[in-house]
Parts: sequence; structure tokens; C-alpha cells
Amino acid sequence: MKRLFAILLIVVMGIFIFSTLYSNNGKYNFSKFGESTLNGKVSEKFVNKSVNGENKEVKFGSENLETGSANLVTSVVVNYRAFDTLGEVTVLFLSALGVSVVLGGYKNRLKFKVEPNFILKIGSKVAVSIILITGFYIFIHGHLTPGGGFPGGAMIGSAVLLMFISNDEFRVKVKSFSALEGLSGSLFIILGLIGLSAGGFFLYNYMPMGKLGSLFSAGLIPVVYVLIGLKVGSELSNLISHFAREGENK
Amino acid sequence: MIQYIFIILILIGIYGLLTQKNIIKLIVSLNVLEVGINLFIVSTGYISGGKAPIITSEVNKGFVDPLPQALVLTSIVIGVGVTALGLSFARKIYEEHGTLELDEIGGEDNE
Repeated sequence: MKRLFAILLIVVMGIFIFSTLYSNNGKYNFSKFGESTLNGKVSEKFVNKSVNGENKEVKFGSENLETGSANLVTSVVVNYRAFDTLGEVTVLFLSALGVSVVLGGYKNRLKFKVEPNFILKIGSKVAVSIILITGFYIFIHGHLTPGGGFPGGAMIGSAVLLMFISNDEFRVKVKSFSALEGLSGSLFIILGLIGLSAGGFFLYNYMPMGKLGSLFSAGLIPVVYVLIGLKVGSELSNLISHFAREGENK
Repeated sequence: MIQYIFIILILIGIYGLLTQKNIIKLIVSLNVLEVGINLFIVSTGYISGGKAPIITSEVNKGFVDPLPQALVLTSIVIGVGVTALGLSFARKIYEEHGTLELDEIGGEDNE
């Protein structure tokens, strides 16, 4: 009975969505796949780096642009919408904090029923090294290549996860990760406040933009993304550490 | 037409949320729903023949819309946080009640 009701509801929702997805009845509707356009949208300004009225030619090697990030998604996330990204980092922090509160009472490391063998332990260390290097690469180059602080931090978290699931004696220094996390978050806010005093806007990009496409370019963007990468990485590591514990809680 | 597949994913997620009693399955259904929505939002920015929105020495125009991708990035991060918190509650519920089935929790009240 419950399943029948659910199926009925899904069918009704599906019919409604499919029939109105491309309709032109309303003023706003989604473009068909592949038929979207940048014309007349704010995205056009993001692509041309002309949100604040500048109209310079944008190409590889251009200098002193409004935002110097070669990765246009990164320029939206960490420059134009940097304040929103600060909120995003805060939400992730609150989730990690919630997990710490819920699972924080356990002290013992979760034990495996099957002892991991020598090959698994050594092999995973090799893989972890490569994953860590790739994670750091991804958030250091977040303004030049796909990715950035969040996927880079997630890769660091997955390296720690691999260590946990391949060795039941592995522990992380939760306090060290917490300190790194707090330091990264604080620096993010401090950099924003410096922008407030330097240019009148919180998270104002006051550092020189450099030449588009260079590693040291885009001003504040790579600095903030490195901080986000470290914060996300340490946060996820602590979170995984809490899940890898067990023991009497009462 | 590919966007219809994403909408079907959304509907599958909603169906799972409505019918499943196991807490882990509810969390998985929520993730299916999230993936469907994220894929749909990104697809709204696709432009035929468009390139990845990264300026290189070979490409400086003809990009797909970068804004939906930026919004979805935020959504993915929030989804990770929600899933982690949900799983920690699931573990706590299991230790307290010995089951992950919603209709078996609080058995005393059903007597």
C-alpha cells in the first residue's frame, strides 16, 4: 500500500516535470540540452572578466585583469562569490563538529576481524604517498586547472581513509589536524578582513593579479584555495578518525 | 534528452526516501537524489561545441557556462557534510536500538 502510494506520487511528479521542463508558458524555463547561451547572462561577464565594468581583452598571458584566474569556475567560487564560499566552508565545519559531538565519546581504535597482512600495509603506504601528492597538486593549481581546494582536500581525506582501512593500528593526531583546521579557517577570515581595510570590501582581492596562466597569479585566489584545501583535508581526516573508533560510551 | 535521465535519477531518489525503512538506504537514496539534481544543474549550462571554462594558450573563448558548475561545487560539499552527519547518527541509533530499521526502533512503544 505504501509502495503503491509512493509509485503513484513518483509517476505524477514525473509527468509534471517532463511535461513542463521545456515548456514556454512561463517566462523562465530551462534551455534544451546544448542550446544554452551566455548572451545576456551574468555568466558572460564572468567569462569576459567584466563584472566590474572593465573591458580588457582576456586571453592566456593577459595581465592585471579584474580577476586573474585562468579557471573561470574558480574565479566565481573564490573571487566573485568568495563570501558564499566562506559560508560553504562553515557548513562543512559544522558537519564535522556534529560528527565529533555524536561520536566523540569513543576512545579505542576499531579492530578488524581479519589481520591485514604485510603486503597490504606496505602497498597502501605507497598509494597514500601518491594520493597525497596529487591532492596537494590539485589545490595548489586550483586557479589554473580543474579542481581546487575542495576536491584537493577530499583527496587528502581519502588518503587518510586508505591508511585507516589498511591498518587497524593506525591513528591520527586529532589535535594537530584540529589546529591546522582552525588556523586555515582563521587565516581565511583574516585575509578577508585585510581586504575590508585595504579596499573597503570583505575578501577584496588586493594582491597583484599577475599574468593569467602563471602559477603565481590571480592574487588572493590561490592563497585562499590552498587554505581551503588544508582545512577541508584536515576536517575530513578528523571526521574519518571519529568513524574509525569504537568502545564503551557510557 | 539526456536531462530526462537526470530527472529519472531524482525521481528514483525520492522513491527511495518514501519507501525504504533502513536508515542506510535512506541516506543512499538522498545521495542518489543529490547526484541527479547536480547533474541536471550542470547540464543546463552546457553549450554544444563549448569547451571547459579554463583559459589556456589554445582556448580563450567558446566556453560552456561556468556559473552552474560553481553552484554545483557548493552543493557537492554540502552533500558530503550531510551524509557524514547522517551516518554518524545512524551509527548512534544502531548502538542504542540494535537495529537500523525504522519500524523496529522504539519497540517498547509498539507493544
